[in-house]
Amino acid sequence: MLTVLITIFVLAAAGPLLHRVLRGATGWALALPVIVITGWFASLVPAVSGGEVIMESRPWVPALDLDLAFRVDGWSLLFLLLIAGIGALILIYAGGYLHGHRHEGRFFGFLLLFMGSMLGLVAADNLIVMFIFWELTSFSSYLLIGFNHEDKKSRAAALQALLVTGGGGLALLAGIILIGQAGGTFSFSALLESPDVLRGHALYLPILLLVLAGAFTKSAQVPFHFWLPGAMAAPTPVSAYLHSATMVKAGIFLLGRFYPLLGGTGVWHTVVTGVGAATMLTGALLALPQTDLKRLLAYSTVSGLGILTMLLGIGTALAVKAAAVFLIVHSLYKGALFMVAGAVDHEAGTRDVRALSGLCKVMPITAMAAGAAALSMIGFPPLLGFIGKELLYEANLAAPFAAPYYTAAAVGANILMVAVAIMVGYRPFHGPAQLPAKPLHEPSPALWLGPLVLAALAVVAGLFPSLVDRPLVSAAVSAIRATETTVELKLWHGPNLVLLLSVITVLAGMVVYRLRGRLRTLAAQIAPLARFGPECAYELGLRALTAVADRQTRWLQHGYLRGYVLTVLGVATVLAAFALVRFGPVPLWIGFEDVRAHEIAIGVLILSAALVAANARSRIAAVVALGVVGYSVALVYGLYGAPDLAVTQILVETLTLVLFVLVVVHLPQFSALSTPRRRRWDAVMAGGAGLVITLLVLKALHVDSGERVSQYYAENALRAQGRNVVNVILVDFRALDTLGELAVLSVAAIGVFALLRLRPGPRKEDR
Amino acid sequence: MDSLILRTAARLIMPLQLAFSVLLLIRGHNEPGGGFIGGLVAACGIALHGIAFGIPAARRLLRVTPQRLTGIGLFLAALSGVPGLVLGQPFMTGLWGGSVPTLIAGQLKFGTPLLFDVGVYLVVAGIAVHLVFTMAEDQ
Repeated sequence: MLTVLITIFVLAAAGPLLHRVLRGATGWALALPVIVITGWFASLVPAVSGGEVIMESRPWVPALDLDLAFRVDGWSLLFLLLIAGIGALILIYAGGYLHGHRHEGRFFGFLLLFMGSMLGLVAADNLIVMFIFWELTSFSSYLLIGFNHEDKKSRAAALQALLVTGGGGLALLAGIILIGQAGGTFSFSALLESPDVLRGHALYLPILLLVLAGAFTKSAQVPFHFWLPGAMAAPTPVSAYLHSATMVKAGIFLLGRFYPLLGGTGVWHTVVTGVGAATMLTGALLALPQTDLKRLLAYSTVSGLGILTMLLGIGTALAVKAAAVFLIVHSLYKGALFMVAGAVDHEAGTRDVRALSGLCKVMPITAMAAGAAALSMIGFPPLLGFIGKELLYEANLAAPFAAPYYTAAAVGANILMVAVAIMVGYRPFHGPAQLPAKPLHEPSPALWLGPLVLAALAVVAGLFPSLVDRPLVSAAVSAIRATETTVELKLWHGPNLVLLLSVITVLAGMVVYRLRGRLRTLAAQIAPLARFGPECAYELGLRALTAVADRQTRWLQHGYLRGYVLTVLGVATVLAAFALVRFGPVPLWIGFEDVRAHEIAIGVLILSAALVAANARSRIAAVVALGVVGYSVALVYGLYGAPDLAVTQILVETLTLVLFVLVVVHLPQFSALSTPRRRRWDAVMAGGAGLVITLLVLKALHVDSGERVSQYYAENALRAQGRNVVNVILVDFRALDTLGELAVLSVAAIGVFALLRLRPGPRKEDR
Repeated sequence: MDSLILRTAARLIMPLQLAFSVLLLIRGHNEPGGGFIGGLVAACGIALHGIAFGIPAARRLLRVTPQRLTGIGLFLAALSGVPGLVLGQPFMTGLWGGSVPTLIAGQLKFGTPLLFDVGVYLVVAGIAVHLVFTMAEDQ
């Protein structure tokens, strides 16, 4: 597993370079290794469906109970297959879709980075590792959604997705930490050995709510659903990938993953099922009035995610089975339809369903794929979607609580979905051919291969459900329910209530489709209500945050150097004084018996130079006086046996002096800006700081910290091949610290450069 | 600044400063000195040249930009930690090899800490020179 992840991340890094060499063939070339990886996942199917759980672990930070541990059970394997399989098709598709785009190579890098993060997320066993991958998906999806970064809307959508899912990620992290405290380990497998520990723990409710917050934000559940349609600003391959098999399904994955540990309680049922049902209805209702192909699909994705959440909330064996099947169904048809929408957009130049018709004559293959995928979405036999919908109704009817309500909600949402499916998969391709602005033709194979394969899979899996039930669905259900379950799917259940509901759904959906014009008018009338929606809460929150940041920056960063110096000095003085008080009385008299004359002379020199600096009437005089202070301090170092320190001090002092002089030349005429009152206040502050430091030094003379580290250094310096202890500490004992300091220094140098050179204002043409 | 005395002095002193900075660097492990001090001395030398002959002349003398000097130094310092890793020891473990006698700095021992110190030298010199150049050119 680790090898797979490393391979994908290496490919991601190499993406832009590969693109420079391979140009148009990059998509195909990158898809190859991903197909091989998919094949490897597929080869794990027999073992996993036989009940085996494939584990792999490598120590990372053992001291923190942090291992790169991976666990492939039925539920992860289902996701692994979907992510890698659809990912390969998306890579090919993106190669066609973005052909000739300026940043095509970069795009492949982002896409692979995202793919690797998703794979790591679903395979991780250590919860912390899982969280890291979870954050990586948020981060890489930010790059993908904001790919057209010159477009303001794109950037806003990317930021919105990042903030919403990132906020949920923080909640998830808190939840995971609580799980670690309650369960004593971050290993999912270890937690699974005593599954009732968390459910019975006092922290159960906070854990559950935090984890759910993570899952709900990621999977766009009400009231966080708004980021998903916004993310449609991304290029279509991204939408197709993020919204079919990956990003938004991560929350669903999380729900399934934690079901054996947290699921099955009353709170779980109420919250998860309730939120799922609400999302399902909201998504379906909001989808209907849309006219943009991608937005139609986006809202229907919200609805689909609601269905999955609802099913996992119900949590019966039947419901989980329905969830696993619908997960496959949804990934297949949603991926296909998104890619179709992109292909249509690519060829016809618009995604408005009202402007598109009769395309099946010019792009028959795309039309075929779209039709099949839409039929699966509608739930038409013999496609896999039909089985999925039957199971959904069956699970709702058999739900242990509120069954009639959930069934009614599911039927209602599905009726609307049928109408949406007709709008997306049928409407643009049939009817009278409109006069195109340019000659239309079938897009390149890269653009129709993906949808065709996915649609074909939906057909094949529907006709031969044994291809998916035992190998994939059984293992997934077993993993979620934590009990061995065997699933058999059948296309035909005979005439019963469920079939009746299916028929009603399709017929009613067609009626809704007929009425779509009137519904759109109605929707336009109630649109202003959106002002009270959660998206506006997000906008307000964001605006308030930047306003506060603005105020606070203005207040703290006022631009007066003396203010900064005063603040730093004041805070340091108060902190040091606080420490002094805590450590008890300070001996005030140390005796001056062994003080020598030259030491007194240096002291007098320092003091008088400081006084001169404070009262200087010109900058140069002040700088020179400060230099005298510095050199005198170096003298003190030299006298007390620290030659390295003395040399360093002298050099730094020299360079500072040079820099001062270079700067002073450019400053305006010296003038006393401070009022006498201010200067008195400055004197008080400076005196206070000096007093506290003096006391600190006096105290330090009498504090015995017990063990002396200097002893160790002195004894071991020779072992480190050096007699100069200071230098041995710098370059050997504490070399890592020094390396860090070097890095900080270098960054600071860049900062100085930026401050001095990159000024705002009109730029010169020649630069 | 245009001063014949300064120029003549700088011409004589600057090479001495640079040579002295290298001496400080290589003897630093046993006697007072080291990469930090050496780097500062080198920077002082370049700065002196810059003040006497103008910053463009000093830039020409240096040949590479100070930023690059810093970058190379940082790279060398980080690189010196890798041999330890390769030998299965913690990052930055000090490893020592043979030594050669030098005329004035005694035995010069080669090892990863020396490489690290060279990195420190370059980073410090690069940053200090960079600061001086930037400030002096700022009009």
